[in-house]
Amino acid sequence: MTLSPAARIALRAVMALGLAVIYVPLLVVLVNSVNADRAFGWPPSGVTGRWWSRALDNEGARTAVLSSLKAGLGATAIALLLGTMAAFAVARYRFFGREAVSLAVVLPIALPGIVTGIALSNAFQVVLKPLGIGLGLFTVIVGHATFCVVTIFNNVLARLRRTGTRLEEASADLGADPFRTFWHVTLPGLRSALLAGGLLSFALSFDEIIVTTFTAGPGARTLPIWIFDNLFRPNQAPVVNVVAAALIVLSVVPVYLAQRLSSGGRSML
Amino acid sequence: MFSVMPDSAVRIRDLRKTFGSVEAVAGVDLDIGDGEFFSMLGPSGSGKTTVLRMIAGFERPTSGTIELGGRDVTSLAPFDRDVNTVFQDYALFPHLDVLRNVEYGLKVRGVPRAERRERARAALRSVRLDGLDGRRPAELSGGQRQRVALARALVNEPKVLLLDEPLGALDLKLREEMQVELKSIQRRAGITFVFVTHDQEEALTLSDRVAVLDRGRIEQVGTPAEVYERPATAFVAGFVGTSNRIGAVRVRPEKIHVGIEPDAGSGGESGGPAEDGPGRDGRAEGGAGTGDRHAFGTVAEVVYAGPATRFVIDLESGDRVVALQQNLRTSSMDVTRHRGARVRIGWHAEHEFSVPETGAGTAPAS
Ligand SMILES: Nc1ncnc2c1ncn2[C@@H]1O[C@H](COP(=O)(O)OP(=O)(O)OP(=O)(O)O)[C@@H](O)[C@H]1O
Ligand SMILES: [Mg+2]
Repeated sequence: MTLSPAARIALRAVMALGLAVIYVPLLVVLVNSVNADRAFGWPPSGVTGRWWSRALDNEGARTAVLSSLKAGLGATAIALLLGTMAAFAVARYRFFGREAVSLAVVLPIALPGIVTGIALSNAFQVVLKPLGIGLGLFTVIVGHATFCVVTIFNNVLARLRRTGTRLEEASADLGADPFRTFWHVTLPGLRSALLAGGLLSFALSFDEIIVTTFTAGPGARTLPIWIFDNLFRPNQAPVVNVVAAALIVLSVVPVYLAQRLSSGGRSML
Repeated sequence: MFSVMPDSAVRIRDLRKTFGSVEAVAGVDLDIGDGEFFSMLGPSGSGKTTVLRMIAGFERPTSGTIELGGRDVTSLAPFDRDVNTVFQDYALFPHLDVLRNVEYGLKVRGVPRAERRERARAALRSVRLDGLDGRRPAELSGGQRQRVALARALVNEPKVLLLDEPLGALDLKLREEMQVELKSIQRRAGITFVFVTHDQEEALTLSDRVAVLDRGRIEQVGTPAEVYERPATAFVAGFVGTSNRIGAVRVRPEKIHVGIEPDAGSGGESGGPAEDGPGRDGRAEGGAGTGDRHAFGTVAEVVYAGPATRFVIDLESGDRVVALQQNLRTSSMDVTRHRGARVRIGWHAEHEFSVPETGAGTAPAS
């Protein structure tokens, strides 16, 4: 299909506008994190590192970052384990209810966070309370894992379907038992899929706020919750801005890597 | 039908495999001798790969037994069987370099590093592939990958090597080269080869014995000469080479001599080039219709094929036959003008053979 010059210019303009809507606010956040004007006056009156050093000194922000890291890593670890196993079951075995399992694993990412949040919150109250386990980091991790599993599951499933069982057969043929085959052949083949899925999973967990609100006890404030709490305190605004700026920079890296890994396939590793 | 051989490398009894409603293998019995180059030949879907996969252990038989060197392995896993496979697509490990691919079997069996290095290098030398140790499979040509796959299997010194159309992905020239090499490797190593192919020429050239399969059954087992010259069924006669039906008997194309009738040669004259050339004596090569049996017909098609010329001839009896004549003196110039010519064909009674005509399975030339 060829487009007329006018249509092409119009399309480009629409695209530029769309990208601008997404990225200009992000840029503003980045610029404001070093804006010398306390009220974020525009244009910036100068560049300062004051907000960054204040943010680094902020105890609340630091523990929040730590909580978020722990939650992201924990949820991703669970997701890697369960997602890989589920993908194997679905890709390599035929059993009653296989399609149902597949759907059940993928569904949580489509469910509204508020539904997952309420459901988990109820479940934790009923099951964990009597055992003496209160809401906290652990429950946040479990909550996040419910949807993080999907990213691993999808990535690994796609990879397993694409590669088939030929290499595993070759390995068995050469005398390797199933454990060695998994270790020497299957896992190296999944490496990039696991990495891409893991990065996405971590990113999902890191900025999750709804499910977190329902499953985090008072002791476990993740970064998004901390930001939300401090957003409307004028005193904290510059610090919040710095944290947001840091998050923008930090989240570009894993998303970029994940994208390259899933498109570049194994040639990268 | 089969004799019990004490030294059977592979012994298969009443092997069956069904996939859903498809009977891929429908009762196969085989005895493959120690050190034999044994081929399974058959059209696509005849069950060759399935038999091979059951010998390797990837597929569990629906019924029947498989013995390797006298030991029943029917229910053993692939890694407990003393066989190795060369896969059609090679199935090399993409994340390992050439040397590590070849070493793999030794490594998982716990052979010390120094020894397996040495053996892997020796295996690579035996397939004439030196100096590529550090390359990944993606960085190799098709022929080189083929050699790596072969070395990776041979290094384990299996009793039996299974090869599933190992040359199928190679171009003709390389293919012929590798055929010669495969045969010499097999002789040198003294390993039993079970070789799957749908190329009848390949099977006839390489094998000590050939099994011809059709629809999950063995139609005939025998030496290449037996299978070619005394096909047991109409299917074998049609699948292994071309077989001409002339009345109640069959004759191979190269056994038919074609003699062009001089008076009727003008029929095709107009179609061919007009210049004169040597050998235009109005007769095709190869004895000019000699033999103690004769028939008459007209040339429906002539194809010049380098060393030989293929004639398709409609006989007066209504049979259509194919005759292959060596181009000893003929050049391509002579060929086309025979189209439409009246011919007398001859053959010797000793070259006639017959097969039980079942009606079905009279596949045409391959
Ligand atoms: N895993 C499977 N599931 C279902 N049907 C199968 C399976 N494997 C093979 N078949 C069927 O079994 C029959 C024999 O297949 P097989 O692969 O053994 O044939 P083949 O002789 O190797 O053919 P080709 O020359 O095309 O490789 C075919 O009809 C095929 O469709
Ligand atoms: Mg096959």
